[in-house]
Amino acid sequence: MTGTHTKPPLVSVRDLKIGAVTDSGREVEIIKGVEFDIAPGEILALIGESGSGKTTIALSLMGHTRTGCSIDGGQIRIGDNDVTAMSRRARARIRGTEVSYVPQSAAAAFNPSKRIIDQVIETTEIHKLMPKAQARSKAVELFRALALPDADTIGNRYPHQVSGGQLQRLSAAMALISDPQLVIFDEPTTALDVTTQIEVLRAFKSIMAQGGCAGVYVSHDLAVVAQIADRIVVLRGGEVQEEGTTEQILTAPTHPYTKELLAAFEPSPHQSVAIAEAEDQSPILEARNLFAGYGAMRNGEPAAKVLQDVSFTLERGRNLGVIGESGSGKSTLARALAGILSPYSGEVLLDGHRLHPDLTGRSKEDLRRMQIVFQLADTALNPGHSVGNILARPLTFYHGLRGKTREKRVIELLDMVHLPANMRHRAPSELSGGQKQRVNLARALAAEPELVLCDEITSALDTVVAAAILDLLKELQTELGLSYMFISHDLSTVEAICDDVLVMFKGEVVEALPAHEMSEFATHPYSRLLISSIPRLDTGWLAGLEQDPELIAQFANR
Amino acid sequence: MTPVSETTRVSEDTKPSGPTFVFNWVGRVGLAVILFWALVALAGPFLSPYPPGEIVDWDYFGPVSSDYWMGTDYLGRDIFSRIIMGARYTVGIALAAVTLACTIGVVLGMIAAVAGGWFDMILSRFLDAYNGIPSLLFGLVVVAAVGSSILVLVLTLTAIYMPGSYRFARALAVNINTMDFVTVARARGEGTPYLITREIFPNILGPVLADLGLRFVFIVLVLSGLSFLGLGVQPPNADWGALVRENIEGLSFGAPAVIFPSVAIASLTISVNMFIDNLPTRIRDRSE
Repeated sequence: MTGTHTKPPLVSVRDLKIGAVTDSGREVEIIKGVEFDIAPGEILALIGESGSGKTTIALSLMGHTRTGCSIDGGQIRIGDNDVTAMSRRARARIRGTEVSYVPQSAAAAFNPSKRIIDQVIETTEIHKLMPKAQARSKAVELFRALALPDADTIGNRYPHQVSGGQLQRLSAAMALISDPQLVIFDEPTTALDVTTQIEVLRAFKSIMAQGGCAGVYVSHDLAVVAQIADRIVVLRGGEVQEEGTTEQILTAPTHPYTKELLAAFEPSPHQSVAIAEAEDQSPILEARNLFAGYGAMRNGEPAAKVLQDVSFTLERGRNLGVIGESGSGKSTLARALAGILSPYSGEVLLDGHRLHPDLTGRSKEDLRRMQIVFQLADTALNPGHSVGNILARPLTFYHGLRGKTREKRVIELLDMVHLPANMRHRAPSELSGGQKQRVNLARALAAEPELVLCDEITSALDTVVAAAILDLLKELQTELGLSYMFISHDLSTVEAICDDVLVMFKGEVVEALPAHEMSEFATHPYSRLLISSIPRLDTGWLAGLEQDPELIAQFANR
Repeated sequence: MTPVSETTRVSEDTKPSGPTFVFNWVGRVGLAVILFWALVALAGPFLSPYPPGEIVDWDYFGPVSSDYWMGTDYLGRDIFSRIIMGARYTVGIALAAVTLACTIGVVLGMIAAVAGGWFDMILSRFLDAYNGIPSLLFGLVVVAAVGSSILVLVLTLTAIYMPGSYRFARALAVNINTMDFVTVARARGEGTPYLITREIFPNILGPVLADLGLRFVFIVLVLSGLSFLGLGVQPPNADWGALVRENIEGLSFGAPAVIFPSVAIASLTISVNMFIDNLPTRIRDRSE
């Protein structure tokens, strides 16, 4: 322990190398010599797309690697502990006491059959840090500091009795109970709705400021990171691309990849693709007083009603965005329109003529004209077929193509979504997330539809990849004269591609506006709350944000 | 038997050399043993040195000798010939029964999963109730009622093992049925036959084949049990299970008679499982 006398960093990572063995026994290097330091009390953000190794690095700070991975080289030092040189037992001793972890999904991290308080103070019991009564009172203090309601009694509840945002804050309390020197936050707000995210971010920020412990914040979202981190490390493919203070990364990035990340954030207002508008043409899609729900039908109404009296029209060549938080019924709307879930009341009109509520009652031609694209390309493509077969089926089914002509058309479709022709021999499992989503889109295009329902198709993708998909959608629209109905929880995505926006809340349309007027002229309180909750690329955004607490109590699911 | 797709590659543009149908050596050994027994079953009459029912040695439980390669049984019949002829019954009946049981079970299971509703409910409850009848007892009653013949045996064994296969396939298919790609196909307007054969079946094939291997082994065992009770293959012919049962007393004389049919059963059942467990990953891991 002869360290230098200038203020030494709390954490230093030197030339970290982490390798993994693939299922086929091949060894790959995931982390290729990463180096960074964290000063005491500082919050460092690790940012990058999926597969960049950000979580792997964060976990390695606890000396932990996921199954199949191993730390192959380099040094990780936390305080006086050399994590890489430690024995298993010594590592177990520092976990929870020196370094603690806040996982992405708090719902999965809590044991559903134990009371919350017992789980929060578990660390102190395992490491025998303090008597139980003291730990309990400390936990209550933390609950208060994290702005949790009913701090004295919330610990006596079970995990399913609190909301997602509360549970995430409780899992932070669990991490902080033992006064660790370093807390690792692994995408803690990614799974939360925007209105909930704000509260959680605020709580994290204030408690980290009080506690004086250092933090590592793993995220893919630059705007979120801008609110909480002091410094940012940009990762890609297991290598550090750029490192700097938050201000510097946001305002003066030097590395091209960082610039690309920032560019993906720039709002690009959508130019309407007004197709030579023939007068008095009927709208491509119209919904009139649509009601839908799930569960057993009783007296003509289902047990769980989701959609309540939804009406809208979508003009040909225009794009309609639907935004709302989880549980707002936006995906149900898409399913009801497509007839996958038949609405129990109301009607859907395609190009002026009424569609049968259930898809089994619709004609092949009706089905062809309206195609649906799902969020998760992983589950939307049959893993048992090649890409070529997946694209060929709708061609045979709708257009009766076979043999050479069909093959030619498959290649055309792949070209349309900017994929090489020989991609058709691959299985879906051999494609990346963005490529899968392109195939998913190409399959819908194979039907030569007039309307495409896009259900959160960019939500599971990395920022840069999602931006490319949006560009592709715009390009296809001008080429093929499509109309889109675009469902998303992300307002900026919707603004980038849509002409009109519907805001949904608890199964009802609370506001309908042209997209470019959304941020300024939205009048419904929920729309205002939703718009103001979207993080901006500005370090002072969270601190300066003021929201009406009554509104929040009324609409946010905190 | 690896280069299946090598020769079919005539397309002008480059087909990536992805994983082809490659077996590992364990799978190959399994397949070789299965093929061996299949050949033996087909060519039985030409291979066996003596008629299987003929008493050739007037001493019972004879030792291994140059005349009788595997010794003789409790009546002095040649074990080698009896095993070769027994292969026809064991391999033939078990294979036919398992194929029928799994085909019917899997097809019904997939239809039930896709169609759902009353069809699923009635079929599932009926087969559950049917499953409650003890299998050997059921076999006994049927064979006692209509008499024993190869066809009756195959159908009885099929009936015994079909419900299990149905349950297994239905459970798998229900999971696949909720996947988005099936929803997409349904939204395209595809009918049940397409959904079953093209969307669901490829994704449950791996587990279904593994189940088929296990079921095959059980069928061999139940067939042996029926033969022991005198309801299976009728004397003088015998399947392998019967050979074990009728020669089990020989153990106390140190006679080899019981060893060889046991080895035959073991080699077949183990190799079937070796083969199934080591199917090319292209087939096995599709569902993952």
